[in-house]
Amino acid sequence: MSLSRREFLKSSAAASAAAAIGMSVPAELEAAANKAEGGWRWDKAACRFCGTGCGIMMATKNGKIVAVKGDPAAPVNRGLNCIKGYFNAKIMYGADRLTQPLLRMDANGKFDKKGKFAPVSWKVAFDVMEEKAKAAFNEKGPEGVAVFASGQYTVMEGYAAQKMMKGGFRSNAIDPNARHCMASAVVGFYQTFGIDEPSGCYDDIELTDTIVSWGSNMAEMHPILWSRVTDRKLSDPERVKVINISTYTHRTSDLADSEIIFSPSTDLAMWNYIAREIVFNHPESIDWDFVNKHMVFAAAHPNIGYGMRKAGEKSIREGKYTDAEMEIIKKEMKTIVSEKEAPALAPYGYKAGDEMIHNKPGLKHWLIEFEEYKKSLAPYTLEYTAKISKGDPDESIESFQAKLQNLANLYIEKGRKVVSFWTMGMNQHTRGTWVNTLAYNVHFLLNKQAKPGDGAFSLTGQPSACGTAREVGTFTHRLPADMMVKNPKHRAIVEKKWQVPAGTINGQMGQHIMRIHRDLEDGHVKFAWINVCNPYQNTASASHWLKAAREMDNFIVCSDGYPGISAKVSDLILPTAMIYEKWGAYGNAERRTQHWRQQVLPVGDSMSDTWQWIEFSKRFTIKDLWMKDVKVKWGKKDMKAISAAAVKAAGYTPETTMFEVLFANDRAKSYKKDMNDPINTGYDDTESNGDSRGVMGSDGKEWAGYGFHIHKYLFEEYAAFTRGHGHDLAPFDVYHKVRGLKWPVVDGKETQWRFNAKYDPYAAKATKETGNSHAFYGGFLKVRPQGNLNGIKKDLKLSYADKPGKHYLKNKAKIFARPYMDPPEMPDAEYPTWLSTGRVLEHWHSGTMTMRVPELYRAVPEALCYMHPKDAEKFDVKQGGLCWVESRRGKVKARVETRGRNRPSRGLVFVPWFDEKVFINKVCLDATCPLSKQTDFKKCAVKIYKA
Amino acid sequence: MSENRPKIERKEPLSDRRKFILTMARGVGVTALGGFVWSAFIDEVTASQLLLRPPGAIKEDDFLKTCIKCGLCVEACPFDTLLLAKPGDNKPLGTPYFIPREIPCYMCPDIPCVPVCPTGALDQSSVTTDEKLDINVADMGLAVIDDESCIAFWGIQCDACYRACPLLGEAITVVYEKNERTGKHAFMKPIVHADVCTGCGLCEKACVTEKAAIFVLPREVSMGRAGDYYIKGWDKEDEKRLVNAKEIKTQTRLSEKSAIDSLNDSGDLY
Repeated sequence: MSLSRREFLKSSAAASAAAAIGMSVPAELEAAANKAEGGWRWDKAACRFCGTGCGIMMATKNGKIVAVKGDPAAPVNRGLNCIKGYFNAKIMYGADRLTQPLLRMDANGKFDKKGKFAPVSWKVAFDVMEEKAKAAFNEKGPEGVAVFASGQYTVMEGYAAQKMMKGGFRSNAIDPNARHCMASAVVGFYQTFGIDEPSGCYDDIELTDTIVSWGSNMAEMHPILWSRVTDRKLSDPERVKVINISTYTHRTSDLADSEIIFSPSTDLAMWNYIAREIVFNHPESIDWDFVNKHMVFAAAHPNIGYGMRKAGEKSIREGKYTDAEMEIIKKEMKTIVSEKEAPALAPYGYKAGDEMIHNKPGLKHWLIEFEEYKKSLAPYTLEYTAKISKGDPDESIESFQAKLQNLANLYIEKGRKVVSFWTMGMNQHTRGTWVNTLAYNVHFLLNKQAKPGDGAFSLTGQPSACGTAREVGTFTHRLPADMMVKNPKHRAIVEKKWQVPAGTINGQMGQHIMRIHRDLEDGHVKFAWINVCNPYQNTASASHWLKAAREMDNFIVCSDGYPGISAKVSDLILPTAMIYEKWGAYGNAERRTQHWRQQVLPVGDSMSDTWQWIEFSKRFTIKDLWMKDVKVKWGKKDMKAISAAAVKAAGYTPETTMFEVLFANDRAKSYKKDMNDPINTGYDDTESNGDSRGVMGSDGKEWAGYGFHIHKYLFEEYAAFTRGHGHDLAPFDVYHKVRGLKWPVVDGKETQWRFNAKYDPYAAKATKETGNSHAFYGGFLKVRPQGNLNGIKKDLKLSYADKPGKHYLKNKAKIFARPYMDPPEMPDAEYPTWLSTGRVLEHWHSGTMTMRVPELYRAVPEALCYMHPKDAEKFDVKQGGLCWVESRRGKVKARVETRGRNRPSRGLVFVPWFDEKVFINKVCLDATCPLSKQTDFKKCAVKIYKA
Repeated sequence: MSENRPKIERKEPLSDRRKFILTMARGVGVTALGGFVWSAFIDEVTASQLLLRPPGAIKEDDFLKTCIKCGLCVEACPFDTLLLAKPGDNKPLGTPYFIPREIPCYMCPDIPCVPVCPTGALDQSSVTTDEKLDINVADMGLAVIDDESCIAFWGIQCDACYRACPLLGEAITVVYEKNERTGKHAFMKPIVHADVCTGCGLCEKACVTEKAAIFVLPREVSMGRAGDYYIKGWDKEDEKRLVNAKEIKTQTRLSEKSAIDSLNDSGDLY
């Protein structure tokens, strides 16, 4: 970058001043980094928890974190926090923190799958890992070695893990817990925009007139954003409207002008109803100039299944699924069109009672005429929509219809700015990708997208689901900066940058997180490594995966700070440095990248995930991993060995280690660790320098550091992929001086509204000639054939295309026809009640950290089963008493709560999943959106009875 | 794992330790009945007026006279909320009470602790509405908030007490207020409504500050009282207080003397 640092700071300060409304930060509150006050040191960091991305300051005293404060200079939270953020200083110091590697061993000190955990050295830990990973690789190929990755990885950790997996093991069997969290949002972005991540930013909250929350309890899950929504409402209570759309009453309803309780899955119908209101009843509200210049219409087949296991898969053949389970799983292949969904499927040629044969889903879709799109909307009259969507049996249909009409009116009202927020309700959905695209439809038709105060905005759950899982690309199908494993050009770009021979990266992918679990159950994955997540607590149909981990011939490694469920079912546990014990960076939901420095030394002999990956890489040579033909695609295809000549041409020998190729190469070594650089002075860097603990490393010798700035190297190498491609990140050093920046950062300036020519330099460039207001410049899925609702029609000529054939949609986004469809499991006579799961404010995900903070534990010590008092009566269970929650897959005991924060209508119960003692994922169904592979944790059928 | 009963701070069946305490406390009760001078104990106990009693407990003075320290209410409580005061507790021996920060009252709709009371120290009629037990009208105490230490008053998004409240939205509500310092966030401050709060203490239990910033005190202790001689002109409901209104007679230092005496005592007035 040619911009001087001074200019950079000036411009970014101006940008953030413009973004903030009425904020003031007293100078004395802007705690200068590295300033020692009375024996403690304050330094900036990011909150460990959700995707909001609040800035915090950590106080360190005598080598321990002793306090935290909200960072008054952080634009997101201006010094505030929620109660999870409030306890950031306490999360690393639980009494049962893991401090040394633990291996299951027999009496002779040898690994034994049935043995008890006992301490081993890091060297022994890596010896066993190496042996097991090599055996798995040699037996099953790259697909046999898998990683449960994370949206809570730091950017650098995720990059190191992905690089070793894809560049070293030639394996795409790496997928993050973020798959469970926002994969549907991602595929929605890809299908609609051709590029991932939101167009808007949090400043939309202060600029909008209407906040519509769809399937998101923002008040508990994004409290700081909710407090901004609340402030916006207070600032103009008459003008600003807040609508909460949910399957049960929760805290977000408190502030709402209108609460719409809908029947699970019918959000598909409600979005289409709003679009129908626009198209059929308020055509004048369509901004045709915008639509014609920027939009195309698209469709795909509806019969795509529900992302469950398919007939013939190994574990099904072997009878590992009960008859009750199979009742639902068989719907993966075939369903009967119900009366409820029939009108919605009529435009696709289905009627009630028809058999629907489900085919393999794909991202395939094609362009259609506006008239075809209109045809797809025709069924969603107010009457039909209200009939299938009304979620509260005690509400009158008239009342519900009036709310729907009011909702549509708010979207349509000319001059009214609208932001639609959503989180897991729309993402954890067997039609999650569809419902995400439906949100954009409405905003696009009205030209209320990618503008200040206007837009459909997917909120993220995890602190770096955006920054790491998505941007770095720790998904099975992704490479850094929106590049795709399947695209040979993208693989070539990455191979070149990594200086690995052409053809090293495996083009076969598909081991998303459910596939990894299922492959473990099928015996296809033999080695799995868990990083920064808890996949054995957070995955539906959990009993299957727990059993597979313990009873199949495999080796599970768990890197963790605490002994959670996943550690308990592992074979080897690696004590792992937690967030402030290492250098790191997270990226939040508004594309803001935030860095921090290592504040303290890790507890015990813990070491970071980055270090673990790099040490692991030392154990593998080119000969081990690249110079063998291997089977891929579940044994159906070969992947060729890299030839000795290619290895030599790349400057390596067969004995060169992956460590030398991927992590300790000349580029890496050029990032000198200069302790006189004020960014480094006074701060530990365990990986680069070693540290005073003198931990015995993976070779049995005292760990002394890599000798170069490993974090800066990893970040800069990754960031180079982003620059010039619409994802531009600023230099490493800059992030240590600012409170995060929203990418793309171009000429030192962050971007508030992407795709908008006024704000986004990439859009400005793309519209230079046309003068258009927007450019949806994402490049993925942009060459499309044409057809109608029933399929591709090769000879058809679309009115908005020059000729039949494939069309390149330069700078355009898509409006999709998507029908309402039933989820695979719905309440029936035997299992009469919906079950939805979710979170509570007090606890983070599976509770491994927050259930160890005494105050948070005391506040919410157990997960409750929230239900309607009349249902409690009907099921003969008592407030405060215990009940069984039972599905076709399993049952758990939970305490009944008919009062309190969540108030379902009759017919639905809600049980949060943070509590390992109330293991609700044993009850949930592992159906997923077939496009995004994200599990639907929000709906399955259960029965409730007295325990 | 799922088969395990969720752990809450309670033990069932009664632990040996509890049985011992219960038996011992009952022993004390029996002793008291056997002519022991109970009031002597009461007099030495100064903390009594800060104790939280089970639902339906009659006025403290009467309660102490009526409770026979039988422990049946304690035994009936499914959450082990209720304790019996033992020697050295500096509380009226053998009487039931609870410490909400440890185990609050979970407000069972069937209030098992009250109907078992053999003496009416726990008065069923006071927790009955329309001839049905109604825990929502119980009055064990009243939650009060120290707004200095309550982090919601700092702007932290907490509301843990609000979400824990069994009468959420009634006994505790949240008041929204703009945070002028940040310019774009809102305070969400909990407010306790004395007319609804039962004093169950779930809020005190849930409070995340080191020492609870919201805590329950007996209503007599935590509340002030406006006189019945002024009725809110804007509140029809408030007229109910007129029922208690009595003949008014006032005296201040100025009016200590009778009018005659006062008139005749001119002092150094002239």
